[in-house]
Amino acid sequence: MTIQFLLIQVFNGLVNGAFYALLSLGLAVIFGMLRIVNFAHGALYMLGAFTAFALGQLLHLGFWPSLIIAPVIVGVVGMLIERGLLKRLYGLDASYNLLLTFGLTLLTQDLVKQVMLSKFAVSSAPYTPPDSLSGVVNLGFTMFPKYRLFVIGLALVICLITWFVIEKTRVGAIIRASTENPGVTRAFGIDVSKWVTGVFGVGVGLAGLAGVMAAPIYSVDPYMGAELIITTFAVVVIGGLGSIMGSIITGFAVGVLAAIGAALYPPIANTLVFILMAIVLLVRPSGLFGLPEGTR
Amino acid sequence: MTAPTDALSQSRAARHNRAAWLVGLGLLLLILPRLIYPVLALDVLAWGLFAVAFDLLFGFAGLLSFGHAAFWGTSAYVTGYLLGHGQSVPVAMLAGTLSAGLLAVPIAFLSVRSAGIYFSMITLAFGQMLSFLALQWTDFTGGENGLQGFARPNFMGLDFSNATVRYYFCLALFGVGFYIAYRAIRSPFGETLKAVRDNEQRAQSIGYNPNRFKFTAFVISATLAGLAGSMNVFGHGVVSLDAVNWKTSGEVVMMTLLGGTTTLFGPVVGAGIVSLLQDRVTSSNLPTGIVTGLVFVLVVLFFRRGVVGTLQHWMRRK
Repeated sequence: MTIQFLLIQVFNGLVNGAFYALLSLGLAVIFGMLRIVNFAHGALYMLGAFTAFALGQLLHLGFWPSLIIAPVIVGVVGMLIERGLLKRLYGLDASYNLLLTFGLTLLTQDLVKQVMLSKFAVSSAPYTPPDSLSGVVNLGFTMFPKYRLFVIGLALVICLITWFVIEKTRVGAIIRASTENPGVTRAFGIDVSKWVTGVFGVGVGLAGLAGVMAAPIYSVDPYMGAELIITTFAVVVIGGLGSIMGSIITGFAVGVLAAIGAALYPPIANTLVFILMAIVLLVRPSGLFGLPEGTR
Repeated sequence: MTAPTDALSQSRAARHNRAAWLVGLGLLLLILPRLIYPVLALDVLAWGLFAVAFDLLFGFAGLLSFGHAAFWGTSAYVTGYLLGHGQSVPVAMLAGTLSAGLLAVPIAFLSVRSAGIYFSMITLAFGQMLSFLALQWTDFTGGENGLQGFARPNFMGLDFSNATVRYYFCLALFGVGFYIAYRAIRSPFGETLKAVRDNEQRAQSIGYNPNRFKFTAFVISATLAGLAGSMNVFGHGVVSLDAVNWKTSGEVVMMTLLGGTTTLFGPVVGAGIVSLLQDRVTSSNLPTGIVTGLVFVLVVLFFRRGVVGTLQHWMRRK
């Protein structure tokens, strides 16, 4: 085990961490405002990748336009879901929203599978990164794929922008106020339910963006989101639902830790995240950044 | 809720209602292998008990587990493995059932301290961990191939190569499992569980330890889910990775909701409907997820009382 090998693993871990961070950030933003956990987040991540693929096939749009358009489309789909379906369940226990979005996941996955088979005659498809991002970069200790470096960088930028908007701007103040006390916020003349729809759209759009970013690394597959979202749930439990910065830090940190652990002892590659979750639950049940129950 | 009536007559009506369901459902299960082919009938039993076990935790303790496939699947693998290594059917099934209960101890310990949506995410994650382990530990699980081709040696003159015999053997086990769930719910333990579900602080203030009750309910539920899983293996003679998949955890949730949570019989009815539906869907070329996903969404949106819950609601209003 050389230092060089560990450094490579750190970078591989950062790539996985980028996806954990983007997804758990979206989950955290949605949870903050709507108090629901969106199971369909993984399916919408997949929908982002699939949309990029379909835009390329049908309209010959490349990676860059798809990187903007696909997340917007996914965001709009999300807003329709919120307006049409989730809204009906707001008075009820939050479990029902989890169940609804679980059903939507099954539905979306197999609908996309059906479309891919009937329209494009494939069950999964590769997606090539743009020429400007192909090839490798010399990091000094190793050659690293340029595209993966781009993923780490873009994810960091997007995460920090989201954090900045929510914590430091007027828009964020409205969102935080609607989270804290919807009644009083409404009394100030702010249409909270419109903001709820918008925030859901943005949160889900982040998942769509992650999906487009993932397409060139993993291939476009109807089931690509299912296992990722469950692992992301474990990441969310480790970090604790609540803080935006917490979910970003936890996402990247868990990605790196899992990659290093997998390098030291390969058989636990898949399960390490869950072992970390068990340890955190033992020591700090509300998660690293979550507030203990009762103070929420 | 219903209008306040004389508590005694209400409970008597409820008892009659329950007896009617019990007799009706019991008779239906007795003749089921004549109505549909026996292996499918066995599916109804196994999934029915699985759903009853799940609802013990979901309906009566208010804990939505999204990882119950871990217990169903672990028991399935242990049962299949032991049958493949020359053990008798009762030994293999008992060992499978107990292994599920044993696995539940650490998972329940770590998860019941969290409530609501957190509990669901934690159980889902542990379920996924088990799924990864099953994929990796190929010596024991057969990995992608699963376990198959193991014997089901005859026991005390019962010919287990006959699917109808297997059905009635499992019906007896189903009866035992259902009775355990029933006793757990209709007991001081069950009443306390409901009190914890409805108002945890109040239950705590009168001296109950909520987490201990949730923990016990979790372990009972997981053990029964294990019994159901071993029944399923015994019925089909194969174990596949599907047994520990997250979709299996979701399926049992759907069956319970569709049949009617907290209605005791509802989960069995739901399991019956879904099993029959899936039997139809697999013979068509429609992807199953489109059908199950749609049913899931519609039930959550418009039919949260479920079949049995709705029937009981109508009868009460009459």
